[in-house]
Amino acid sequence: MTATASTFDGARTGPGDMLLTWLRRNGWNLGLLALLAALLAYTRLINDNYGPTGIQSLANAVLPLALAAVAQAICVIAGGIDLSIGSMMALTSVFAAANMKGQSEEFAIAIVLATLAFGLLLGAINGTLIVVTRVPDIVVTLAMAFVWGGSALLVLRTPEGGAAQWLKSLVLGPLGIEWVPKAAVVLLVVVAVIWLPLKRSRLGLAMYAIGSNELAAFRSGISVGRTKILAYTFTGLFAALAGLSLTANTGIGNPVPGPYTLMSVAAVVLGGVSLAGGRGGVIGPVLAVVILQLIQIDMAFLSLDPNLALVSQGVILIGVVMFGSLIQWRRSRR
Amino acid sequence: MISGSVAQWRATGSWRRLMRDRPIVPLFALLVLLIVVYWIVRPGVVNADWAGVMLRAAVPLAILAGCQTLTMLTGGIDLSVGAVASMAGFLVASLVASQGLGVGLAAALLAATAAGLLTGIGVGIFRVHPLIMSLGVSFVVLGLANAWQIMMVQSSTGVPAELRTLGSDRLGQLVPYSFILFVPLAALILLALRRTGYGRMLFAIGDNPIAARLSGARSWQVLVVLYVISALMAAMAGFLLSGLTNVASVTLADSLVLPSVAAAVIGGTSIFGGRGGFGGTMVGALILTIISALLTALGYPEAVRQVLFGAIIVAVAAAYTRVTQES
Repeated sequence: MTATASTFDGARTGPGDMLLTWLRRNGWNLGLLALLAALLAYTRLINDNYGPTGIQSLANAVLPLALAAVAQAICVIAGGIDLSIGSMMALTSVFAAANMKGQSEEFAIAIVLATLAFGLLLGAINGTLIVVTRVPDIVVTLAMAFVWGGSALLVLRTPEGGAAQWLKSLVLGPLGIEWVPKAAVVLLVVVAVIWLPLKRSRLGLAMYAIGSNELAAFRSGISVGRTKILAYTFTGLFAALAGLSLTANTGIGNPVPGPYTLMSVAAVVLGGVSLAGGRGGVIGPVLAVVILQLIQIDMAFLSLDPNLALVSQGVILIGVVMFGSLIQWRRSRR
Repeated sequence: MISGSVAQWRATGSWRRLMRDRPIVPLFALLVLLIVVYWIVRPGVVNADWAGVMLRAAVPLAILAGCQTLTMLTGGIDLSVGAVASMAGFLVASLVASQGLGVGLAAALLAATAAGLLTGIGVGIFRVHPLIMSLGVSFVVLGLANAWQIMMVQSSTGVPAELRTLGSDRLGQLVPYSFILFVPLAALILLALRRTGYGRMLFAIGDNPIAARLSGARSWQVLVVLYVISALMAAMAGFLLSGLTNVASVTLADSLVLPSVAAAVIGGTSIFGGRGGFGGTMVGALILTIISALLTALGYPEAVRQVLFGAIIVAVAAAYTRVTQES
């Protein structure tokens, strides 16, 4: 949707207006970027030693949550919501860890591919259930969170398993220069290879369309059910990538889901994706994840109670969302 | 009389219409079926005593599901009930030794009111999506409760005896005290939804917010009050839950948040607002409690129980949607 709109704007107006349009369209992301830069500068200010190592651990902590946020963003853009992301991450993570333990490095390639296929399957099941039963997304995925979480406990009862050496070294450590963490490169590559082509494809356009107005999309000949199932399938794929990154980070699989589901919803909203669907992208949510993580690190540097980090995340979430709805309200008044 | 009207229903349309207009009928059928299954699986266990135990376990869930029902009627949802309930239970337990029960209860209710006010202001005045607003508030409440827990680590913490009696004891070894407390609350909610202007406004806002505004409903006031009520009910559930389990922890009620949404949905309240009621929700909470007890009685491990629990919720919600919706 956005791609088409911008071409039309460009055809009618001059370069100055184009820049303005671009700024307005990406205003939220640019604001997040500015906030991130300010936070990084502040982090450096309160801790002179904050350098490559700090960036490394930041990137590793961010990777699973960022992939979870991308997963959430995809189905929210298509007008849904997936509350089973955390459980899918746990299930795919233990699936990978349990099967890789004690196996050869080459065999692990097959396991990684199987895990991704498994994620696609989980997402497809979620989407199919939502479309076929016509039960609201939030209810189906809530219940499926129990199913996937229980299945994870069936695979592994306690945190154990193993990960191939190449998988671990894929995300740990720097790439070339010490300032470039591998985890950040992996995140960029994965998003660029999967999300960008998807967004520009017919399917991506259809996803934005059903998210912004399902009836209008149906009347313009889009198969709403099929598009929704595919959107959830991609959510499952990114949840599996997030689960794999957990296994790669820790070297084991943990069957108990982390706080990823609710954090991913928070990150998606902070990243400028409307919960009503049809708006936003995945860059904003990823930036939001980095900001939330950095705030937590800063609070540790300031030796504040870690629980206040949770409070501050809540306050930031509330504050930013209120600010966003105020902007929207003023725009609609104009 | 009843059989006559049923015959008439059949003549005019089908069972489907009866089910659509009286969604409580299939729910009760499911409840009876579950009790029969339990009776077959565990012969001799199902008696008055068992019913009391089930009721006792269902009451906190039913109250939390009531929070979801009321907010879902307006098209909202309250994900902060878990954090607020746990916080309330913990606050009482941490204050009772030094300040007494009255101060503890007052402090907990005050804190719950503050949390509900915050959610209500965000949803009602700033028009933030209720899901995200209540999520943010739950982070704040949980974080503050944790910080409080660390501050109180020296002082003794224990669930007061009064709450233990209220939450877990039964009048004449049969009727749980928590149920006796629940009956007037439920009657109040049912009556308020059906007979008062406030209750009708909840339906109106959820059904068509613009029409409600144009007909003069001050929806922001309704919503602020609604989320305060929801938080106070959550606090009450927290008191009962800490009394039932004899545990005071800041994450005590977290595991009940998802079932509370499920109970309201199974009970026939639409998550999009405007349709539903508390009657179905109560049956829904009872159904979920019995399913959970049944899975435990069958001796399945935790993992299998979770899988079956989720699958049953999807199946019931799907069957329900199929039965009650017109194609």
